[in-house]
Amino acid sequence: MTDKHLHIATQNLLIPAELDESILSKVIHSMMGHDIDYADVYMQSSRHESWVLEDSLVKEGQYNIEQGVGVRAVSGEKTGFAYSDEIILPALTSAANAARAIANQGQTGSIRSWDKRAVPALYTEEDPLSVLTAEQKIHLLRTLDEAARKIDPAVKQVIASISGVHEVVLVAANDGTLSADVRPLVRMNVSVIAERDGRREQGSAGGGGRVTYNYFLEEERALGYAREAVRQALVNLDAKAAPAGAMPVVLGPGWPGVLLHEAVGHGLEGDFNRKGSSVFSGRIGEQVASKHCTVIDDGSIASRRGSLSIDDEGTPTQQNVLIENGILKNYMQDKQNARLMNLPVTGNGRRESYAHMPMPRMTNTYLANGNYDPQEIIKSVDKGLYAVNFGGGQVDITSGKFVFSASEAYMIEKGKVTYPVKGATLIGNGPESMNLVSMVGNDMSLDTGVGVCGKEGQSVPVGVGQPTLLVDRLTVGGTSA
Amino acid sequence: MNQITKKVSSEAATPLNTAELKDIVATMLNEANAKGATAAEAGLSIETGLSVTVRLGEVETVEHNRDRSFGLTVFFGKRKGSASTTDFSRQAVTDTVQAACDIARYTEEDEFAGLADKESLAMDYPDLDLNHEWQLSTEEAIEIAQQCEDTALAVDKRINNSEGGYVTTHQDYRIYANSHGFNGDYFSTRHSTGCTVIATEAERMERDYWYTVSRNPQNLDDPDYIGKMAAKRVLQRLGATQTKTQKVPVVFQAEVARGLLGHFVRAVNGSAQYRRSSFLLDKLGETIFPERIRIDERPHIKQAIGSAPFDSEGVINRAHDLVTDGVLQSYVLDSYAARRLNTTTTGNAGGVHNLFIQHDDKDLQGLLKEMGTGILVTEVMGQGVNIVTGDYSRGGTGFWVENGEIQYPIEEFTLAGNLADMYKNLALVGNDVDTRSSLCTGSWLLNEMMIAGS
Repeated sequence: MTDKHLHIATQNLLIPAELDESILSKVIHSMMGHDIDYADVYMQSSRHESWVLEDSLVKEGQYNIEQGVGVRAVSGEKTGFAYSDEIILPALTSAANAARAIANQGQTGSIRSWDKRAVPALYTEEDPLSVLTAEQKIHLLRTLDEAARKIDPAVKQVIASISGVHEVVLVAANDGTLSADVRPLVRMNVSVIAERDGRREQGSAGGGGRVTYNYFLEEERALGYAREAVRQALVNLDAKAAPAGAMPVVLGPGWPGVLLHEAVGHGLEGDFNRKGSSVFSGRIGEQVASKHCTVIDDGSIASRRGSLSIDDEGTPTQQNVLIENGILKNYMQDKQNARLMNLPVTGNGRRESYAHMPMPRMTNTYLANGNYDPQEIIKSVDKGLYAVNFGGGQVDITSGKFVFSASEAYMIEKGKVTYPVKGATLIGNGPESMNLVSMVGNDMSLDTGVGVCGKEGQSVPVGVGQPTLLVDRLTVGGTSA
Repeated sequence: MNQITKKVSSEAATPLNTAELKDIVATMLNEANAKGATAAEAGLSIETGLSVTVRLGEVETVEHNRDRSFGLTVFFGKRKGSASTTDFSRQAVTDTVQAACDIARYTEEDEFAGLADKESLAMDYPDLDLNHEWQLSTEEAIEIAQQCEDTALAVDKRINNSEGGYVTTHQDYRIYANSHGFNGDYFSTRHSTGCTVIATEAERMERDYWYTVSRNPQNLDDPDYIGKMAAKRVLQRLGATQTKTQKVPVVFQAEVARGLLGHFVRAVNGSAQYRRSSFLLDKLGETIFPERIRIDERPHIKQAIGSAPFDSEGVINRAHDLVTDGVLQSYVLDSYAARRLNTTTTGNAGGVHNLFIQHDDKDLQGLLKEMGTGILVTEVMGQGVNIVTGDYSRGGTGFWVENGEIQYPIEEFTLAGNLADMYKNLALVGNDVDTRSSLCTGSWLLNEMMIAGS
């Protein structure tokens, strides 16, 4: 609960700097000139470590410590922002002065008393890094290396990594927000090179979430990543040239949900829509996808990589229905864009760190279940592509063009999955492609916890998901005519 | 809307005290030595700068930044540990050294680990004239950014929205030191101006951009030129259609041809070689480009964007050929990869510095004439490049060309092939060399690629 987090944040961020709630209140108060209608302070400390195995040896280890404070003052449409990598009162005061400088000085405005709402914690506050000793982390990586090599002699190279972040944040704002969050985030990855008859292919798999390293030991998850990476590499050793041209494409469940992230997600972020630069601008209430599509962004799913108990402006996250049965319902908002568009906040105000300004960002974005059995969907296709794993994607939110790159795909011929094909890029136009989604399966799953989303130079962890689905027509960028 | 960003820290107003910073690095190396490290290296960087963005004539952000970090790698024999921090206090320095040493207790011996050999270090390094501060007030920066955007918006009424114009000016100060006694430092600057505008026709929007970048503010292109280029590019995209699935010759405009040169660098990088994860594996001495092609690195060009006086291990970086007469002459190596491959470092720790591919005697128009009928690619999208296999499949935007003349814009197509074949199919390199990055090339004409469209 927030009270507990606030206690941890106080111990970690305020007490070492000889600060307290009343000083924060004074700093925010000092920014509330008559033109300022919003001001906040964001404090953060984080510890990050990573261990990497290569050539069957754990040769690399890294440890980083970062902390700082960001201060923001908003006046109508103007925002003043300043940050410092020292959490001490003089730095805080000087940042506050810089932030308020954008507005005229004048009479002092008021701030609301702290509203310490209890927000349910979506993840553990336990330090994820310290649940295993250094020896145990190294042992785990070696186990994966051995397991991967044992599966098939074609496996020639294994790179395995484990990394974790433990972060404490505190947000205080003149609207009464005083919230803290203690955020764990762990990640494992296994990447292999398989070599047979002079041909080399890569496979990689991983996962994680807002959990501790113990997550990887449960249900043999870590071993599962090793097996999955080898499986993908071996499949690709047998892959033939991918087809070229427009055709029906069946996307598998889970990570292929990167389709939604690119085809609709970015285009529904509030800032682009306020500026009118998105292909979805001004289209609330319109049909922007087929009636089979209900797209949801939900930052409140327990322990997921893209989840947050509170966003980086102190707003509790929630389930937001973006598209319901094909009709555009909502954009994703931070406080500033919500205010400027006169829409409610949605808990999507996120920032990479104290040194970056918040903006509307996705959390866990997925397509809701439909009614079809996945096998029935494949059976319906005479000739097309079945893509089950992807690298990343990219979108031009203005024209709506998006791409995403398959890393594991198969041909579908006469309703049957036949042979594996090489990776290929798929290209489409957001609203057009979403209108061509004609069958949605009943096997919705979220990805394993590997997504990183980049926007305007800021990276944040995200999740994606979907059930098996059919797009009647997407352009597949293979080499075989 | 207006956003003003300002980074402040307690020493923001004071000039850099380079002696003090060198002292921090020296202290770090001494403490590592005192804790029993047999070797250590430390790097420190401080970047200060001003960035201004405007949108539709109004100031959007003004950011004064001062970002700093330093990191340490320690070796205990063949074991290695690294740590970094943004906190320059005495206590943080001590804690960081301790953290790196703690990690080195657990990592396993790597027979190739270590600093670059002492003989390879650039004990005397050149001044490359990389530091040209731009004495620019915030108001002047705003004016230049506005001029870029205003010029673009004024060109045509179909240009009716904008993602804004910008000006950035940054100065970087770096120190690299190691326990072989190397201690190098240098200042460099980087300035840039650009804008991105949106045009609408028949309810369909397109956006495009243009920018200029230089170490020396006097060499930046004029804001009016930037605005006109952005406007020209966005207007050309209006009314784009799909093209059919077919095999045709393709010209990659210089800005996107740069990516193809970049994939080559990744494939001949030492780590891709010793990991056996390159489509150009073990190709040293083999023909990988047509015979006339030469690719060479020139790390010490005065004022160039990619220049550096020494590499990020303190090693001497020299001008050398990577490809001569189409034959691969050298990998891109740091000292670790060199030891793994039983050769010597090429001074490429941290990457390549000013790579050039020899161009032919034709400009972009000449390349289109030579191509006759095919596609001019002006933008590529997505991550569909597999360095292990060379498989290439990316989204594209560009123009349909007939008889050497641009006919109409096309979009929503993919380009696919294998990079090894694409390099062998390189028919011509244009003389329209883009020197805005460390990879310098003109446009490329490739004999044939698979295009997927409607």
